[in-house]
Amino acid sequence: MTAEDGAKSEAAATPPLVELDAVSKYYGHIKALTDVSLQVHPGEITCVLGDNGAGKSTLIKIVSGLHRHDAGGFRVQGEETSLSSPREALDRGIATVYQDLAVVSLMPVWRNFFLGSELTTGRGPLRRLDVPRMRATTHSELLRMGIDLRDVDQPIGTLSGGERQSVAIARAIHFGAKVLVLDEPTAALGVKQSGVVLKYVAAARDAGLGVVLITHNPHHAYLVGDRFVLLKRGTMAGSHHRDELELEELVRQMAGGSELEQLSHELQR
Amino acid sequence: MSGTAPPAADPAEGTQPSRPAAVPERKGLARRLLGRPELGAVVGAVAVFVFFAFFADSFLRASSLSTVLYASSTIGIMAVPVALLMIGGEFDLSTGVMVTSSALVSSMFSYQMTANAWVGVGVSLLVTLAIGLFNGVVLTRTGLPSFIITLGTFMMLTGLNLGLTKLISGTVSTKGISDMEGFESARALFASQLSIGGVDLQITVVWWLVLVALATWVLLRTRVGNWIFAVGGGVEAARALGVPVPRVKIGLYMAVGLGAWISGQHLLFSYDVVQSGEGVGNELIYIAAAVIGGCLLTGGYGSAVGTAVGALIFGMTSKGIVYAQWNPEWFKFFLGAMLLLATLLNLWIRKRAEASR
Repeated sequence: MTAEDGAKSEAAATPPLVELDAVSKYYGHIKALTDVSLQVHPGEITCVLGDNGAGKSTLIKIVSGLHRHDAGGFRVQGEETSLSSPREALDRGIATVYQDLAVVSLMPVWRNFFLGSELTTGRGPLRRLDVPRMRATTHSELLRMGIDLRDVDQPIGTLSGGERQSVAIARAIHFGAKVLVLDEPTAALGVKQSGVVLKYVAAARDAGLGVVLITHNPHHAYLVGDRFVLLKRGTMAGSHHRDELELEELVRQMAGGSELEQLSHELQR
Repeated sequence: MSGTAPPAADPAEGTQPSRPAAVPERKGLARRLLGRPELGAVVGAVAVFVFFAFFADSFLRASSLSTVLYASSTIGIMAVPVALLMIGGEFDLSTGVMVTSSALVSSMFSYQMTANAWVGVGVSLLVTLAIGLFNGVVLTRTGLPSFIITLGTFMMLTGLNLGLTKLISGTVSTKGISDMEGFESARALFASQLSIGGVDLQITVVWWLVLVALATWVLLRTRVGNWIFAVGGGVEAARALGVPVPRVKIGLYMAVGLGAWISGQHLLFSYDVVQSGEGVGNELIYIAAAVIGGCLLTGGYGSAVGTAVGALIFGMTSKGIVYAQWNPEWFKFFLGAMLLLATLLNLWIRKRAEASR
């Protein structure tokens, strides 16, 4: 509770970028999410942890504008909101990077980078994509993130999983996202690739963005996280600030009983 | 701690040039060529051309080539929007009979209302666009596979074509409208011949080339083109990035309606009388032309130029076999083999493009 109290006094000064206050979501009779609260502040990483079916993806869908919440408060920069589409979320500065769905593999890197926000030049029927500018921007923006691609025309599917996630993150930053929502960015990746992605997550934080990191891996979360929200079967099982939490405690909270054994097995990998 | 690499400030980490970039740059051109969706079709077209130039004496005459181009254009006009739709990840099985519907509506509306032929042409455009709209809206609203929805439209249109024609004109074909006002001018637009350098060229070839150019422009140089590739190649990513997925798909189905309108008007104004049972089976030929032209059945990849080359292969094969004085039954065998080869090539290309997953 102390963390929440601390957060509240903080919130009085500047409202959090995104704040969920006892948010609930129902699918028919099924309660997918009950009374979940979290705050996202600029330059901080809020980790949402939970097992499969804990409600992580429902939470992400509400924040990214795919679903509306049914109860509770959803505030973006202090303003009560109910997002009706991903486009609206993007316009409010909330960008979501999905694990497998972040990019269109067959399309060139630069087309992916500008997808949905293409630059154009010319007027009327001659309005056309500004291809040279998009190519150059993609190259320079990726370079800034430390990704040096010789050919931005290659299909993005030819990049490694970590690089693809990183391109998606770079894209969100470039388009002025204030809040970056990352859905299991390391789930499908090996140890080294995960490290690459977490580095870009930290880079996004250092750039002043508020980051929501959804994961089921407490180790990855603890490496970069400032706040930790634990979900269990659609409800909040805990909310902590980094100062008051050890990694062991986080791992223990994430898993109980027999699940813990499994996790320690995973740990030894 | 697990063995996760800490997010250390090591800019070289994870920036290893990925596979294609690792290839020395002089291979860039070959790689670029291999990456083009048209490649397979162009190689195939050259092979077919050389083959018939060798085996069919009259194949290389200007008049023969003009006939080949005409045959190609009648397929090509529809294959272009079918290809765009396929790149956008969807099918349309109703295209073949929709062409007939377009001609029937135009002819019967003009005849029954004893109006100007142009009125029928206009009404026909509205009807084909409405059919496209119907396909697109049902698809985006229900989320059912386009195969099922357009199979339904295909059957309904087949029945409507025959049933309504019999009901209205008493036979399975329409009455001639060639004496009607506006017929000649409409014929000039949809079914005339141009003489270029002493060679007669059907105006459908012009329609075809214009459509290919337009589709190429849209695909490669407009936002909508980018969205078409995206909804076909990764609909969830496209949606998450704010691409208006339903509008793109509905628009593509309406483009198919537009193609059916042009083809149908050509049918009407070149033959005057329309047989209501025509068109069944052509939908597969359009799809085959698109696939031979390098479009992936699963969407997200392909080109209008490749599709045009695919249609050209169809035209060359169908006429070439006649000029070689072979039994025309071989035509279908040829095309079947061509389709399989093209699909295998496409599969290989996609594996390359999606490698190192």
